[in-house]
Amino acid sequence: MQVEVSLTVNGKLYKQNVEPRMLLVQFLRDELRLTGTHIGCDTSSCGACTVLLDGKALKSCTMLAVQANGKSVKTIEGMAENGALHPLQEGFHQEHGLQCGFCTPGMIMTAADLLSHNPSPNEHEIREALEGNFCRCTGYHNIVKSVQYAANKMQAS
Amino acid sequence: MVPYKVSYHKANSVAEAIELLNKYEDECKIIAGGHSLVPMMKLRLAEPENLIDISGIEELSGITETENFIIIGACATHADIGRSDIIKKHAPMLEQATNKVGDVQVRNFGTIGGNIAHADPAADWPTLLLAANAKIIIQNAEGTREVDADDFFQGLFSTDMEENELITAIYIPKSAANRNSVYRKFPQPASRFALVGCAAAIEVRNGKVANARVAFAGVSATPFRDSGIEKALEGRNFNAESIEAATSNVANGVSVMQDHFANEKYRRHLAGVFAKKALTDLA
Repeated sequence: MQVEVSLTVNGKLYKQNVEPRMLLVQFLRDELRLTGTHIGCDTSSCGACTVLLDGKALKSCTMLAVQANGKSVKTIEGMAENGALHPLQEGFHQEHGLQCGFCTPGMIMTAADLLSHNPSPNEHEIREALEGNFCRCTGYHNIVKSVQYAANKMQAS
Repeated sequence: MVPYKVSYHKANSVAEAIELLNKYEDECKIIAGGHSLVPMMKLRLAEPENLIDISGIEELSGITETENFIIIGACATHADIGRSDIIKKHAPMLEQATNKVGDVQVRNFGTIGGNIAHADPAADWPTLLLAANAKIIIQNAEGTREVDADDFFQGLFSTDMEENELITAIYIPKSAANRNSVYRKFPQPASRFALVGCAAAIEVRNGKVANARVAFAGVSATPFRDSGIEKALEGRNFNAESIEAATSNVANGVSVMQDHFANEKYRRHLAGVFAKKALTDLA
């Protein structure tokens, strides 16, 4: 069985036939070749596959592409605008919020969800919001600073 | 990981969902958020031939209230419940618990109906519904029935539901006990499921415990109310002394689970510690 899904990804509409068992993360990576969204644990724990679905952070390994039919997805590839890094991307760069970088796209998408409803979170709120995103390099310290950098920059502008 | 081959059907109303349930009988599964079912399908612990997607059904979403009940739609997400002022006012333990289910991403899409239909012994919701004296509203082609939470959860991943039935809503009584309620949880550090969770709802009248409901998650294969604790508290003053006495022998006669995170002895000990914490919060 194939089902037609129409999905807006980073502002662009895609219509495609998929098998219902295809995961959203496979659709993004294998069909659309948007490989910035990573597959880490593949068991809804690590958060490397986080994208925004209608603005809310989602582990895209835990949803079928058909479930997202008609909805809007934002991935890490959709964060920079007109060649300028998103404040969160800039924050991770400036504050050394990554070492290997594998978790970074997921971290940034979860942080984007946080900042959309809490524009000036404190350290505790940032750590709570990122509870479902694992980083095995940084010890999280600089990740918190990176999100604070972005919050300050977005507040200022 | 890739699930087994499956067909997909979108239901636009409860009637349509029930029609599809009758058509596919034991060869289908309901999917809403999919946050219990999709991981099971990926591990091929579940291999349904058909999925019936109820996530777009308007009448199953939202949280409303009547004079005596809070009504939570089966497709309300954990995040919806965590943000609800109605819940916060009438049943604080539900707000506390829902903000500890999984993580932000899971709470954004996982639903209460899916959570209780799945009936994982370490999930938070079954235990909360026991402590809250909730009713589960279930519908099939013949009509609607109400099941008390006490009768709904029957064992490891098993409930009172028949194959052609659908959970439509959960009713939480607006009671004095639920207004004085708390949930304390010791989460497994990676999965965030409860190694032990204790939900307590205590009504105190004229200084004495008039009604006590205390339930545990993660302790045994079926979530359960601890009648030993409840009986030890009822009619007594609610203070450190009565709490100490009531929590001295928790889960008495209950078969306690063990795994490589916590053996039986440690789990039983944790249950006592968390029951004491929960009750102390309320006293």
